[in-house]
Amino acid sequence: MSDKPTSVFSIHLLLLFGLFSSSLSAEDTATNLGDALSPLEIEKYAITVFPDGTNLPAGQGSARQGKTLYQNQCANCHGLKGIEGPAARLAGSDGWFSFSDPLRILRIDKYPVLLISVGGLWPHATTIFDYIRRAMPHYAPKSLNNNEVYALTAYILHINDLIDQELVLNKSSILKISMPGKDRSVLAWPETNIK
Amino acid sequence: MKTKLIKEVAAGGLLERRSFLLSGFALSSAYSLNALSASDAGSGRIDTDFPQWAKVPGRNDIEYGQPSEHERHIKRIQAENAPETSMFSIWHTPIQNQRGIITPNGLHFSVNHNGIPEINPQHHTLRIHGMVDKPLKFDVESLLRYPMVSTINFLECAGNTASNAVSLTALDQSCQELYGQISGAEWSGIPLKYLFKEAGIKPKAKWVIAEGADGGSHSRSIPMEKLMDDAILALYQNGERLRPSQGYPMRLLLPGWEGNANIKWLSRLEVADTPAYTKDESGLYSDILDSGEIQRFSFPMGVKSVITHPSGKQTLPDKKGFYEVSGLAWSGHGKIKQVDVSADGGNTWAKAHLDGPVLTKSLTRFTIPWQWSGTATILLSRATDEHGSVQPTRNQWREKYASYSFNHYNGIQAWRINSAGRVENTYV
Repeated sequence: MSDKPTSVFSIHLLLLFGLFSSSLSAEDTATNLGDALSPLEIEKYAITVFPDGTNLPAGQGSARQGKTLYQNQCANCHGLKGIEGPAARLAGSDGWFSFSDPLRILRIDKYPVLLISVGGLWPHATTIFDYIRRAMPHYAPKSLNNNEVYALTAYILHINDLIDQELVLNKSSILKISMPGKDRSVLAWPETNIK
Repeated sequence: MKTKLIKEVAAGGLLERRSFLLSGFALSSAYSLNALSASDAGSGRIDTDFPQWAKVPGRNDIEYGQPSEHERHIKRIQAENAPETSMFSIWHTPIQNQRGIITPNGLHFSVNHNGIPEINPQHHTLRIHGMVDKPLKFDVESLLRYPMVSTINFLECAGNTASNAVSLTALDQSCQELYGQISGAEWSGIPLKYLFKEAGIKPKAKWVIAEGADGGSHSRSIPMEKLMDDAILALYQNGERLRPSQGYPMRLLLPGWEGNANIKWLSRLEVADTPAYTKDESGLYSDILDSGEIQRFSFPMGVKSVITHPSGKQTLPDKKGFYEVSGLAWSGHGKIKQVDVSADGGNTWAKAHLDGPVLTKSLTRFTIPWQWSGTATILLSRATDEHGSVQPTRNQWREKYASYSFNHYNGIQAWRINSAGRVENTYV
């Protein structure tokens, strides 16, 4: 950012009118009150996993390994099949009519957000890893180790028929998963109009 | 008394505000003075005609004031259709009981995906890292020393009024149930550009992943352009420090943008060249278009309005006569330019009065006098913002989205009034 010419110019102006006391405006913020953040501390807290794999940790797991974990830690809220709720639907396409669950309309009536599913909408498998690791299970977030998070991610991909139950998911194989929500994505930002 | 003609400005009894105010209409019977009796002058006492509370000393005040006990029924209500997983809760503000454009802090709407964390401010840290020259951390005490600005803005959940978007029949719901995920407040805090300037943003940086310190570490990807424009790190709401349910000790405030992106309990800003596609921007807070495409990052809330007085589930106290129609309008793109009201189901419209101040990305109060004839009718309001964007009809809105898409609904609201004065949500 090129503040220099402006600052120099305003100093001249101030001197010219004999008002010189300080060349700093609120925009320049003399308040440098932040402390340096060390690389070690950044590593501890940088848990956001990007679609290109940035911040993915070491570890691995398969859907077969994830199944028992899912039944013990997740099924209570998401249902054994990942569609029953009450928590967000994990499997299947989105919409009113495109899903084969016979009780679906009743469930949607009770829990409208079950209309959309992780498998149907989410464009990147990395987000599944990211969210399980930071927020799941709801009653004990951040309690799973990285192998368990890979295994549960694999299990959710498996119940969406996206991978075989033996496929070992790790920081490189997760990047090869193709999610159906990706090709359907359109981006509203940057704004093209203001309607 | 001089009588002026009260002009009707649209069918159904909508009146011209100026001629109405000048007419003395509301005051015509108010000034009949009681003649005082001249006898008994010396023995007279004034206490007989005064209420009990005017004849005893009042109580002392208390440390933190509370509403009158007669107003204690004015409360938020919890939406029932959130998934019943312990801590996903949605609380609606009673806008049908409020006037002006500011929501009291205890009544501000609140949506929490992972509950409200109990944060000790002495152990809360804000970290800025990623594509910056100097990764930095700040404690709350230091941040309170920064130069601050104040801004009056609305905050609206992307899912506000979702049931009118997706329900095939108009549900008989109150304004609070349908529109309660909107509030207005004065927010004070630090322009985020100050902090980013201190950290030094690398030229390729385009996005910032903002994260809260709640159990779910809620996160959203925010364009750098917005953060360098009007975004603030809010520490105060309506003059006092943030309430826990609004992000204590600090939150992101993105004027005009969907509530979910205004990260509460803000603790981390990771500067990047791409969005992260976090949980909510991957699923729940995307919009499914009629084409089947999934629209992502549709941040600003569109131009919208609702008549709050009268509104759903209320009954007009008299079968006919004068009412002031009043409501709220807002746009996530700027100022409200005009609000039109119809009292005959949309056949004729009149321009409502905008009660100042009219601020950018803020609630704007509108009013119009109305003489109700006592027959069934439909009240509508339609807002236009300074960019000329006009609030769409429900059908126009639904043409753009899949039948089950519910975010960013801003269709024109219709309140049906039957001949008994009951007000009901309806579609036109």
